[in-house]
Order: sequence, then C-alpha cells, then structure tokens
Amino acid sequence: MRRFILRRLGQTLLVLLVMSFVIYGLIGLMPGDPLDVMIASNPGASPEVVARLRVIYGLDQPLMLRYAHWLLAALQGDLGFSRTHSQPVLVVLAPALWTTCKLMLISFVVSVILALGLGIVSALRPGGWLDSLISLAAFAGISVPVFWLALMMILVFAVELHWLPASGRETVGDGSLLDVVRHLIMPVATLALANTGGFTRFVRASMIETLRMDHIRTARAKGNGEGRVVLIHALRNAMIPVLTVMALSFGTLFSGALLTETMFAQPGMGKMIYDAILSNDFNLALVGLLFATLITLLSNLAADLAYAWLDPRIKL
Amino acid sequence: MAGRVSAPSLEVSDLVVRFGQRAVVDRVAYRIEPGRTLGVVGESGCGKSMTALSLLGLVPAPGEVAGSIRLGGEELIGQSRAAWRGMRGRRVAMIFQEPMTALNPVMRVGTQIAEIMVLHKGASWEAAEAEAVRLLEAVGIASPRDRARNYPHQMSGGMRQRAMIAMALAGEPGLLVADEPTTALDVTIQAQILDLMRELQARTGMAIQFISHNLAVVSELAHDIVVMYAGRVVERAPAATLFAHPRHPYTQGLIATLPDPERRVARLPVIRGGVPNLDHVTGCRFADRCPIAEPSCRSAEPELHVAAEGHDVACFKS
Ligand SMILES: Nc1ncnc2c1ncn2[C@@H]1O[C@H](COP(=O)(O)OP(=O)(O)OP(=O)(O)O)[C@@H](O)[C@H]1O
Ligand code: SF4
Ligand SMILES: [Mg+2]
Repeated sequence: MRRFILRRLGQTLLVLLVMSFVIYGLIGLMPGDPLDVMIASNPGASPEVVARLRVIYGLDQPLMLRYAHWLLAALQGDLGFSRTHSQPVLVVLAPALWTTCKLMLISFVVSVILALGLGIVSALRPGGWLDSLISLAAFAGISVPVFWLALMMILVFAVELHWLPASGRETVGDGSLLDVVRHLIMPVATLALANTGGFTRFVRASMIETLRMDHIRTARAKGNGEGRVVLIHALRNAMIPVLTVMALSFGTLFSGALLTETMFAQPGMGKMIYDAILSNDFNLALVGLLFATLITLLSNLAADLAYAWLDPRIKL
Repeated sequence: MAGRVSAPSLEVSDLVVRFGQRAVVDRVAYRIEPGRTLGVVGESGCGKSMTALSLLGLVPAPGEVAGSIRLGGEELIGQSRAAWRGMRGRRVAMIFQEPMTALNPVMRVGTQIAEIMVLHKGASWEAAEAEAVRLLEAVGIASPRDRARNYPHQMSGGMRQRAMIAMALAGEPGLLVADEPTTALDVTIQAQILDLMRELQARTGMAIQFISHNLAVVSELAHDIVVMYAGRVVERAPAATLFAHPRHPYTQGLIATLPDPERRVARLPVIRGGVPNLDHVTGCRFADRCPIAEPSCRSAEPELHVAAEGHDVACFKS
C-alpha cells in the first residue's frame, strides 16, 4: 500500500516533468513573445532597447536552455513571476485554484449523492413508474447542453425571480457564508446536473445486476431486511464498477468547470489560464496548466485507493 | 423413540409454484421428521430449487406459491413479510450450490456468520464475531481466528462451503435445506462435507432436506428419498426401500445409471430424452421416455398412491 502510493506519486512527478516540457515547447512555438506585447504598447522603443530587453529576459537563448533555467528555478520552489499581474505566479494562482477546486468538489459530491439515491431507488423496482420518471430525468440531464442550462438558470433565478446572484464569487462588502453559498448554488447545480444523469444510469445498472447475484439471495435467506440487503450487502458490491466511471469523469469535470466559470463569471482556473495564454503570460499559463494536470492525476490516484478499499480482491 | 412427542419439522402438501400459466412445482408433498434427512432427487429443471426456495419465501418474482408448508405445525404460506424475515436463517437455514458466489465477496467471512446472530439473537457484533470463530472451528476449519478475518476469495471451495455451513448453523435452525451443496466440489472434499453434515445432524438433531441431481450422493445421507420429475413427485420411500425396490420406471432408470459398485464403471445411461414441455401435457409426464409406456398412460395423469407400506409411487403400472 505505502509502496503503491509512493510509486504512483513518483509517476505523477514524472508526468508533470514531461508535461512541463511539452507545454513549455508548445508555448514557445506560439507566435509572438512577451516583448512583442511590450513593443505594441510602446511603439517608440528603439531596436537597440528591444535587443537589450531580449537579453535581460533571456529570450535570445535557445528554448532548451530557457526550459532548463525555468526547471532549475521551479525545483527550488521559484515558479516565476506573472508578468500581467506583476505578482509571483503562486499568489495569482492560489485563489483561482481554490475557486475551481471548490466548484468541482462540491458538484462532484452533490452529483454522487444524488446519483446514489436516485439510482438505488430506480433499481429497487426496475420498470416501475418511479424508475421511468428517474430514467427520463436522467436522460434529460445527459442530453441538455451545459451552457444552455446555465443560461436558463440565470434567466429564471437571477433575471426573473431575483433569487440568486447571476455571477461572481461573493457580493463586494458582504462575503458572509450565506452570501458565498448563494453565489455557488447555480454554478454547482449546472456542473452537477451534467454528471448526475450519467452517474444515475450507472448506479442503477450496477445495482440491478448486483441484486441478481447469488450472495444477495444468501443475505435474504439469512433474514436480512430489504434495507440491509440493499445498503449493506449490495451497495458496496455495486459501487465497485461505478467508481471507475465516476473517477474517470472527474477529469471531464475540469473542462465542465472551466465552462461554468465563464458562464457565471467565477474567477477560476479556466478564465485565468485563458487570459494568460492570450496575453503571453508564459509563467502563469504554464504553471496553471501543470496544476490542472496535477489535479487529474491526484484524483486518479484517489480513485485507485478507493477502489482497493471497496474491493478486498484488489491488491495494491 | 416410544413416548417422544414432537411435531414434524416440516410438512409440505399440495405445494404449487407457478410462473404465469406454468406450474414448475406441481402438488408436491412430503414431510421431514426432526433429526432425519430427506433426499430430493431429479434431473435439472425438475423444480428442486423452487421447492426449496418456497420454504423460505424466496421464490423470485413473478413466481407464485400456493399450497401448504407447515413448520412445527405452523402454516408458513400467506404469513407477513416480517414473519418470513424473522424465520429465515433462524428456523430454516439454506446452503447453496456455489460456495464461490453464494458468499458476499466484500465482507469478511466471520462477519457474514456473525450477522445471523446479530439479526436473530440480538447479540452484539463483538460477541457474535467471537461465536463465529467457534462455529468455524466446529465445522473443521483450521486456525479459525485468522480464517474469520478472511474474505471469501482467500479460501478454497471446500473451505467456503464449510463456512456456509457454519453460517447456516449460527441460527441453530430446526431445518437445514441444502441445495446441491457438494455439486461444485471435487470428490474428496464432497465426502468430507457429507461427513460433516452427518456429524452436525447427530449433534444438533436438526432435520435436513438434501437436494441433488445425483442419486449416489443423496444415498450417502438420506433416510428418506423423494424423486421428482417435471415438477411432480413420482416416488417417495425410505432410502433402503427405494434402492431395493424402485417402482417408478424413472427411478429404476436413475438407479440403473449409477456406477456399479462391484465393477466400478459407469453403466450406460438408460434414460433417453429430456424433460417435456410442461405447457400442454396430458397423461403421464414421463410417457415419452418411459420404456414400458402404454397408450392408456397418455390419457390420464397418474396420481401418487400407496404401493406398499411407506412407499408411494405415481405410475399406473406399479
Ligand atoms: N424466473 C423464472 N421464470 C420462469 N421459469 C422459471 C424461473 N426460474 C425457474 N424457472 C423454471 O422452473 C423450473 C424449475 O427450476 P429449478 O431451479 O427449481 O430446477 P432444479 O430442479 O433446481 O434444477 P437444477 O438441477 O438445474 O438446479 C425450471 O424448468 C425453470 O425453467
Ligand atoms: S404411468 Fe405409464 S408412462 Fe408413466 S411411468 Fe408409469 S408406465 Fe411409464
Ligand atoms: Mg437447482
């Protein structure tokens, strides 16, 4: 177990290293460099000044060498400076990372809880009216485009009813817990709804299959009530295949989060990375993308650990 | 035995299990006295498992059960769900064919055994787990303390079946229903499990309903034997009588296919064909395969009748 975690953490570092190289190279290939932006805003700069600035910024050196310098500094904990924000990258990144992670985690938990409840209820009487209703709702949830859903919610709950704020993280000057929660409701609902439909279908299918197994008949033959049969004997078995699907979709949650952030003007990772790339803020874009990768890798590790915890037949 | 008054453990009469129009168990009747073993034989699909499951109220939907099942004089059919639940595992326990799949793969074996005592005796989990270790020891499992902490996949097939038996014993049931408990095991393990069941019966006095498609295995354990064919009982007799004087042509065929104990080779199977389609059958259900069938056998269905003292058979010609 310890060895497994250490090995996976080692692999994670290796992937990050490769990713950093690839991203660095890709950004280097993009047209324009930071100096072009500077020159554009200061057309009077003479060619000599520009050349001297290139030397100061190290832009006259080959890409490989620049990467090596960056890596060396990064390994010592210096992730560089964001040019557009005039602050260390980490200082700019931390709040955006927090916003995005909060959004992702809360909507993930919400959709897992909803899917478990609805999926189990569906599986108890497959083909019953409740099952049909839930299946219909699940398909609707799967097929509705996220951006449309977000727009409709803004239209109804913010514009028409004035129940919820349409955008932002908190009201300036308020920032109480209630205020933050009110700002989270629509983004979380949008992001969660997109996943809940699919999750519900998987929980339902897996639960129906599990309830047909021999050991469930044994559990009944022992005198277990239906509640214990479903929640103690079937649920853990049914969760084993579902967990994989859920963990894999955590990665897609990230791109969903980026979309949701844009729709509800949440200052998260998505908007930050997008702006950084457009304004040639190399350091910020690079580190932002690396953190996005790290989140996905760590969630996969968490999924593997949860998998081993659920299923004693898995040896790590 | 004179003077000992005890209600029969189990008295089944007129038992019918229906799926739609089709009765897969049809007017089945038998009884088992305390401390006795009833063997139920018959080929695949003849309704042995459905008969057994109806004793626990576990016939899967959309199956319907009718008739009478009296346990210790008390009628089970038609009782409430809560009453069924309270009786399962405590008054009647069941063990199944596949020890591989009949245990919960993600629950420790000791916990699965302990669960019965928590459910039915109000025991604490701690006390029940301790008792589970003793039960594992009682069914002949070495280092029971460690084994109780195992998951099913960490055990061999024979060990898992022993654990199943320990689980069945945990509720101290008056009746143990064993549905092909040794079919999935190899011959030596099979013999050990049969020995174990015999020994446990001597110790606890419980009645056993032992189901198998294999007459040879049933003969190891059973005091009385019921032979089923296509959902019906075709012959019912004490084991010794049945082997000495089988009356129904189907039973005669089953005995003829047993390996010859002297020459130790299997004789040629003499029962040809398969179970008929039960939907539209008039007359004797065995007629198509019966070597001595006559045209009259197809006009009416033979009912079970007394052919000799304690020996019932459903055939016009015996
Ligand atoms: N859910 C169901 N719907 C309809 N028919 C069923 C259902 N389950 C079982 N049957 C039928 O009931 C009959 C009896 O089945 P049962 O399992 O009792 O046979 P069995 O004697 O135990 O056979 P085996 O030796 O294969 O276990 C079979 O012919 C089967 O096709
Ligand atoms: S009743 Fe006729 S067909 Fe049926 S078993 Fe007897 S002899 Fe054979
Ligand atoms: Mg069966």
